[in-house]
Amino acid sequence: MGEMEELRKEMENLKDQITAARKTFQDTTLQEAASGVTVVGRVQLKTRKTLRGHLAKIYAMHWGTDSTLCVSASQDGKLIVWDSITTNKVNAIPLKSSWVMTCAYAPSGNLVACGGLDNMCSIYNLKGKDGNVKVMRELAAHTGYLSCCRFLSDTEIITSSGDCTCVLWDIETGTEKMVFAGHQGDCMSLGVSPDFKFFISGACDFTAKLWDIREAQCRQTFSGHESDINAIGFFPNGNAVITGSDDATCKLYDLRADQELITYQDSSIMCGVTSLAASKSGRLLLAGHDDFNVNIWDMLKSERVGVLAGHDNRVSCIGVSSDGMACCTGSWDSFLKIWN
Amino acid sequence: MTSNSNLSNMRRLVEQLKLEASVERIKVSQAAAELQQFCLQNAAKDALLVGVPTGSNPFREPRSCAVV
Repeated sequence: MGEMEELRKEMENLKDQITAARKTFQDTTLQEAASGVTVVGRVQLKTRKTLRGHLAKIYAMHWGTDSTLCVSASQDGKLIVWDSITTNKVNAIPLKSSWVMTCAYAPSGNLVACGGLDNMCSIYNLKGKDGNVKVMRELAAHTGYLSCCRFLSDTEIITSSGDCTCVLWDIETGTEKMVFAGHQGDCMSLGVSPDFKFFISGACDFTAKLWDIREAQCRQTFSGHESDINAIGFFPNGNAVITGSDDATCKLYDLRADQELITYQDSSIMCGVTSLAASKSGRLLLAGHDDFNVNIWDMLKSERVGVLAGHDNRVSCIGVSSDGMACCTGSWDSFLKIWN
Repeated sequence: MTSNSNLSNMRRLVEQLKLEASVERIKVSQAAAELQQFCLQNAAKDALLVGVPTGSNPFREPRSCAVV
């Protein structure tokens, strides 16, 4: 078809245009720009608490905004809300489906959510009148597994799915408000910007996309990874995105320069990245790997400055609390550890 | 998949690329400088970076003896 061939040519031209445009703004590299900064000294974090109670692999964890409570999801079919300081279990919620892959804590502290191979996002009300934690809503529409979910508020949540789309839901009505389509592979992870106006998604098409929530539009696409992106997060000021991939590297992309600034890699690291989190100032990048370790990077200097070795199996999830006081790791060894 | 839907998919991809091509960019030097500035300005508040004195670490038991 004539038009198809023309469109294909136009597509290639546009891709070349984007590459060329990005190059014209590349007047330096992050490494050069940060050459005057001293590398961070060796970071040695210690396990301060071990949260024991799950009976199978932990797949996800998320801190509450109070920096004390956190929720974890395990394929033992439970969501547990922990007080990370006392190590007490505040809630142990049995799930209908044990094939859970993600969990989230609402900023208000009132709700938690989870989902997985059931293709649904289940919302639980922690503050129900009779004290029992019950399913409040089951958000069903995805045709693939739920890989990640994040609350915008008690009334809205964003989900990412193996069906290659992300969805913004109205929790009260249980309906889809917006569908974000564009990825050519399973969406594996998502992160919401600090101002709640944008979110980023990482997928098995090796790209990360920045989405405008209200316009339901993809604004920017970032490539470079050589395999699935499993983890994604915003740099604390919301102007950059960090990704972690099965290609064993993490990358930092700046949103306003619209390009990759640096790759965090080391020939000795051969295992895929499963999870990542930035410290409060953004200076440290903590990346969980398949090899049971968490590597700590100086984000400006791209040098490894520490390792967290304490789990007996893959580190599947990691999170830094909002006040930056501690980092929590969750593992297939069924334990969560709090470090600082 | 019909050739019509292939065509409309292609048209959508091209429109999306036009949008992404038109984004306003800033120089890497400016982006890098601002990231650096943010890191340095917030370093003191970053417990994982600078450490937490034992007394003010909520995750550590203070060393004290209880009189039973």
